[in-house]
Amino acid sequence: MHKLLEDAPGKEMLLLGNEAIARGALEAGVAFATCYPGTPSSEIPEQFFNISQETDLYFEYSTNEKVAMEVGAGAAVSGLRTMVTMKHVGLNVAADPLMTLAYTGVKGGMVVINADDPSLFSSQNEQDNRYYARLSGLPMFEPSNTQEMKDWTVAAFDLSEETGLPVIIRTTTRLAHIRGGVKLGPMKPRVTHSHFQKNPFHFVCVPAVSRNLHKELLQKYDQLLAKSEKSPFNEIIGNGKWGIVTNGVSFDYVMDAVNDLGVADKVSVLKMGFSWPLPRERCTKFMKSVDKVLVVEELEPVMENDLKAIAQEKEIAIPIKGKGVGGLSRLFEYDPRLVRGAVAAYFGLEHKAPAPVEVSDLPPLPGRPPTLCAGCPHRATLYAVKEVYGADAINPTDIGCYTLGLQPPLSMGDFVICMGSSVSSACGFSKATDQKVAAFIGDSTFFHSGITGLINAVHNNHKFTLVILDNGTTAMTGHQIHPGVDSTPMGLDLPQVVVEDMVKGCGVKDVHVVKPFNIKKTIESLKASLDYDGISVVVSKEYCPLFAKGIGKARKARPFTVNHDKCKNHRDCIKKLACPAMYLEGDLVYINKNLCIGCSVCAQICPENAIVPLKD
Amino acid sequence: MDIKRVVFVGVGGQGNLLASNLLGQAALDMEIPVVVSEIHGMAQRGGVVESAVLMGGAKSPIVSNGEADVVVSFEPLETLRILSRCNKKTLVVTNAQPLPPFTVAVGQGKYPAVDEILGKIQAKVDRVIALQGNDLAEQAGNVLSLNMVMLGALIGSGATPVTEEVMKKTISVSTKKAFLDSNLKAFDLGRDAAKKVMAH
Repeated sequence: MHKLLEDAPGKEMLLLGNEAIARGALEAGVAFATCYPGTPSSEIPEQFFNISQETDLYFEYSTNEKVAMEVGAGAAVSGLRTMVTMKHVGLNVAADPLMTLAYTGVKGGMVVINADDPSLFSSQNEQDNRYYARLSGLPMFEPSNTQEMKDWTVAAFDLSEETGLPVIIRTTTRLAHIRGGVKLGPMKPRVTHSHFQKNPFHFVCVPAVSRNLHKELLQKYDQLLAKSEKSPFNEIIGNGKWGIVTNGVSFDYVMDAVNDLGVADKVSVLKMGFSWPLPRERCTKFMKSVDKVLVVEELEPVMENDLKAIAQEKEIAIPIKGKGVGGLSRLFEYDPRLVRGAVAAYFGLEHKAPAPVEVSDLPPLPGRPPTLCAGCPHRATLYAVKEVYGADAINPTDIGCYTLGLQPPLSMGDFVICMGSSVSSACGFSKATDQKVAAFIGDSTFFHSGITGLINAVHNNHKFTLVILDNGTTAMTGHQIHPGVDSTPMGLDLPQVVVEDMVKGCGVKDVHVVKPFNIKKTIESLKASLDYDGISVVVSKEYCPLFAKGIGKARKARPFTVNHDKCKNHRDCIKKLACPAMYLEGDLVYINKNLCIGCSVCAQICPENAIVPLKD
Repeated sequence: MDIKRVVFVGVGGQGNLLASNLLGQAALDMEIPVVVSEIHGMAQRGGVVESAVLMGGAKSPIVSNGEADVVVSFEPLETLRILSRCNKKTLVVTNAQPLPPFTVAVGQGKYPAVDEILGKIQAKVDRVIALQGNDLAEQAGNVLSLNMVMLGALIGSGATPVTEEVMKKTISVSTKKAFLDSNLKAFDLGRDAAKKVMAH
């Protein structure tokens, strides 16, 4: 049995933040869950995927976040308790359905998990999605620890059902990936089927209907505001004259700072857990009870601006500050020392923290950026494209492991802004310049949002090559399935949508399928695509080696070794491929036999044929 | 209760996340308030992987510069890179066997000599436990048990409130049978190596 299914109220488990959310959903009787995976939210659906194999919980990896939101909407308006999870930029993709789903509302409780990424650990931007609560009119919870992540998820389902609105829970990378003790609660039974009650003049959002629905949404705002005013999630700690308003993980830093500085008796902390609608009356009372306010919130000055507006309206003339105090910035995540320093600076306290050791005299350290794995087929494909297209070609790339091809020596990646942008931006590049254009997109990303761009390329007569890196899985986020995956090795029976069939179906006439570990043939196909007058697609098919190992399909090949009698130290292997299995010892190149999976790409490009299979 | 802030650092694939997770579980088993933080995702593709375990009632899940009580590092270059997390009194437990990054192989940097690395560390902090972690793991019968060697060294140093008995029990409960003997042996080898250094 999956550990999150244990029916043991009161038991304390060490859970990952994301596991705590999944547990909360299970305790609330979640019956339906969808997502497109995205760090830092991916471990939530991973639990649902496994649990759906042994229970009647319905779970699917949807093709993208918009689809996930709409699939979830269908279930929730039918009356099922539904969870939809995504990363912050995923909510951009799902924003279209979400904005109007707020109008129709839901019948079964619906909880949307949104994971922000301050410091951009795994993302292309660090937007602050608290604005989405304000934009959509939907309530938002912001937990601060694993226990709250579990408990508040249960509460979010109840609130959603009570108000008929989806509830957004906002986490951040730090919270999603902490582990902490969680006291389990009772499990509610799942209701997995329902009957949809038709009501077209409520659910079909034509203008005449939506005019009424918008009015209703604003009325619900008042109802929600009343709840947020009374909610225990908006907690005031202490009764000192120094006010601090904070949220999420910043609350943890603030509480440690207050303790470390020994000023618990001088401070009042307002922790904003039910953060939208902002409890205006409670904020007013809080501001009236203190001499000055410090707002500690990562990213945008959202609460800071709201509090200043409330203070102006209520004629509260106390200092309210946040951004700019003691290094509190709109950039990146905070840390305990930073917050302690800001609290000390704002309230004029002595602040003695242990001095970090001096590191300015250390030698320059070689970097260790994340890189493509040994035997990654992307390396082979990117190498071949570089050989054929040259350095002047434009290589729009996309979101996935292959984005790492940006690193030298491959240096294959010129533009990426979001999922699917490789294909559509290639349309622009190819019209605007005389440069050759070869774009990269992964299989999962292609299904997510590459298809519409490809159809656009066909219809508008664009001329470039799209290379689809089909490694049979959604690799970067942890090997989730997607429509192009053969799911039988996972014991599933989901129909597979074959990438090249899809491409042909989009109207592409010049389609090549290559095995990237065969460098010669791959280069031949790429040359043909280069010469083609129109949109050409090269599908490069080879399993992600990590995934292949996990499903028992690892390559049965010997690792390779360098024959130093033949090697003339051209070092094409290292200079062009930089496979992490290779290393220099003295002046010679060696291959780590424990890392090499025998892809043979280095052997194929060695001018002296000095790289050979290792004999026992 | 005193707050203990332990930072783990390693390279993707070395298993330091499992080590911090197990330490957190052992603390919870001893009813010590604990919070663990990890970084997942892109950073794990051969990059530096960091985690932290804070025991004794801290709410914050991460450790700022200068504020680690202990740094457990699986790779000597990474020990050097994370040194700003230490203050003079920080205990550093480090593997002394390098895993050079590919940037070195392609000539984008030079891997410093291990003696030089250890010398720098010893000059900065009062206490350093350096061990031949990979050799000990191999000696235990499983090259992948480096994380158990390092966990053994941490517990052997006595720098955390987690006892050897509870730590081993936690390891036993969460290890597949086939690896249990080698994991426990690796733990013991790490523990003994640390105790030997501490005795000097």
